[in-house]
Amino acid sequence: MKRFIGFIKKEFYHIFRDRRSLFILFGMPIAQILLFGFAITNEINNVDIAILDSSKDDVTEEIIHKISASKYFSIKQFIEKESDIKGIFKQGKVKAILNFEKDFSKNLVKDHKTTIQIITDATDPNTANTIANFVNAILQKYQKSLNEDLVVAYQIVPESRMVYNPELKSVYMFVPGVMTIILMLVSAMMTSISITREKEMGTMEILLVSPLKPIQVIVGKVFPYIFLSIINAVVIVVLSIFIFKMPVQGSLFLLALESILFIVSALALGILISTISATQQTAMMISLMGLMLPVILLSGFIFPISSMPVPLQLISNIIPAKWFIIIIKGIMLKGVGLEFIWKETLILLGMTVFFIALSVRKYKIRLA
Amino acid sequence: MSITLANISKSYKSLKALEAISFEVKAGELFGLIGPDGAGKTTLFRILTTLLLADEGTARVTGFDVVSDYKKIRNSVGYMPGRFSLYQDLTVEENLTFFATIFGTTIAENYDLIKEIYVQIEPFKDRRAGKLSGGMKQKLALCCALIHKPEVLFLDEPTTGVDPVSRKEFWEMLKRLQQKGITILVSTPYMDEAALCDRIALIQGGKILQIDTPQAIVRHYPKPIYNLRANKTYQLIKALKAYKNNYSVYPFGEFVHYTDQRTDFDPSELKAYLESEGLSDVVIEKTEATIEDTFMELAK
Repeated sequence: MKRFIGFIKKEFYHIFRDRRSLFILFGMPIAQILLFGFAITNEINNVDIAILDSSKDDVTEEIIHKISASKYFSIKQFIEKESDIKGIFKQGKVKAILNFEKDFSKNLVKDHKTTIQIITDATDPNTANTIANFVNAILQKYQKSLNEDLVVAYQIVPESRMVYNPELKSVYMFVPGVMTIILMLVSAMMTSISITREKEMGTMEILLVSPLKPIQVIVGKVFPYIFLSIINAVVIVVLSIFIFKMPVQGSLFLLALESILFIVSALALGILISTISATQQTAMMISLMGLMLPVILLSGFIFPISSMPVPLQLISNIIPAKWFIIIIKGIMLKGVGLEFIWKETLILLGMTVFFIALSVRKYKIRLA
Repeated sequence: MSITLANISKSYKSLKALEAISFEVKAGELFGLIGPDGAGKTTLFRILTTLLLADEGTARVTGFDVVSDYKKIRNSVGYMPGRFSLYQDLTVEENLTFFATIFGTTIAENYDLIKEIYVQIEPFKDRRAGKLSGGMKQKLALCCALIHKPEVLFLDEPTTGVDPVSRKEFWEMLKRLQQKGITILVSTPYMDEAALCDRIALIQGGKILQIDTPQAIVRHYPKPIYNLRANKTYQLIKALKAYKNNYSVYPFGEFVHYTDQRTDFDPSELKAYLESEGLSDVVIEKTEATIEDTFMELAK
């Protein structure tokens, strides 16, 4: 036990004396979470739109007022002719244009029907779609208020409700993803680098010719990073709660346990990487290419898994991050307990045991 | 016997690093492995310290087999690899404490063993190991290898890259450690250090050329050997190599070591030849063979 504590103490010296790794450890999580939270966002907020109002009557005025009153849109300019539409989109000043037909309110009263055209700039299809939906929602609400005292027979009013993230805040999506990336990166990359550094510096040779057992070396290497990763996870959760008002519906304790499970699986992957790479550089490349890319692309963090081609969907199953993202989304946003995520937890646990067993088996008790 | 090797062979792909090496090191002996770079010294050390598996043959260290009892060997030997292999970002004291801890001991417990060496680096105990000079690094590495009071000490080229004064000090320390009953196997490319060992094995190209005490190895040199000097050393060597009766010509410091093919060699005849080649101040005197001469002769 004394040996083990001595080893861990040495690891902490390494970590705290290497500014570069300290920066990766603590600078990056904060930078990433702020970056994803503030800058990289696909939510609708104060989108600039233009209005082409050919009737200029009470009704259009009221609709325009309602739209500009919502926090989602801000009216950048009014245009007069339809021929201006193209030019305005080309300038890229606005994302959408609302085109009210001539005699808007007159038609409404006379024919009980009138049209409004929503033209969106679909160079960014997701945003365009969301804008159209939001405008629709405002119009429907207005329409409903008009019909309040009328009895209309046989009307189906679809009323869609987004649950768990009603405002479609992208930070809710990013926090679980970023947390996954950071835990993966810190745990796997840092351990694999720190083990290969021993090989590169020749100190592994002395460690091998010592009474330390392989398991002591591995656990001694991994332990400080478990500790640091937990701190990171706490920092991320605290930042997302206080800065981004991210709700944590479920139990914090369960969240902590699941995070530790994921951290351990990432650490085991790191050890595995270190057994197959001889230099720190290789370890870093393998960690970045072999872990980061799949985590970003195939975990469902940015691109929904259900819309991937089948082969990629199958591959996504072997990525621990996918399961962890499902788990933390469940806990943070839906507030579910273990009874709903036990399957994912079990898969993650299985993977962790597998990685640990494999890396202990692959750990070399000799050189070469 | 402290170390026993029988028929140890090891190849890296097509390269034969060691070929059927067999020798024994007695308990308490200071045994030297003398040979140039690439002779197979490091491979041999790694096999004995259980870091590499030999292709053929068996080896025992302190009575334990290097393959089946590797854990016991790892408990009882000290190993100092050829490359400086301590933690450069840890201070002198932290390194030493770390190695003491992983061997389940403390600095205080075995302080008397390392004291003489450690006092020399103690003034720098708060300095990072990476910032020490070459000689200091080797002293620290020796301390770290000694801190658990090993029965056998393996030192792979401990004086390579170390200044002459520190080299001398280092060997004096080894002598003192030997008196404390520690068996020492040390390798070196420096022939002058060979004379300080109890016994030496001359090794080249993965084969042992000869094993004996340094004195006996020198005594076995087959020919009388001459020290030559002249005003121009380079021309001297060239002239000697062109001389029809030469057996061997090696530069040796400011001298040239020369042996002749004939048994009735007359130095005055050689002197006349050299002067006819345009050399002056020619001095020819008989000298004792050194280990280097023997090595060159055996390696021929």
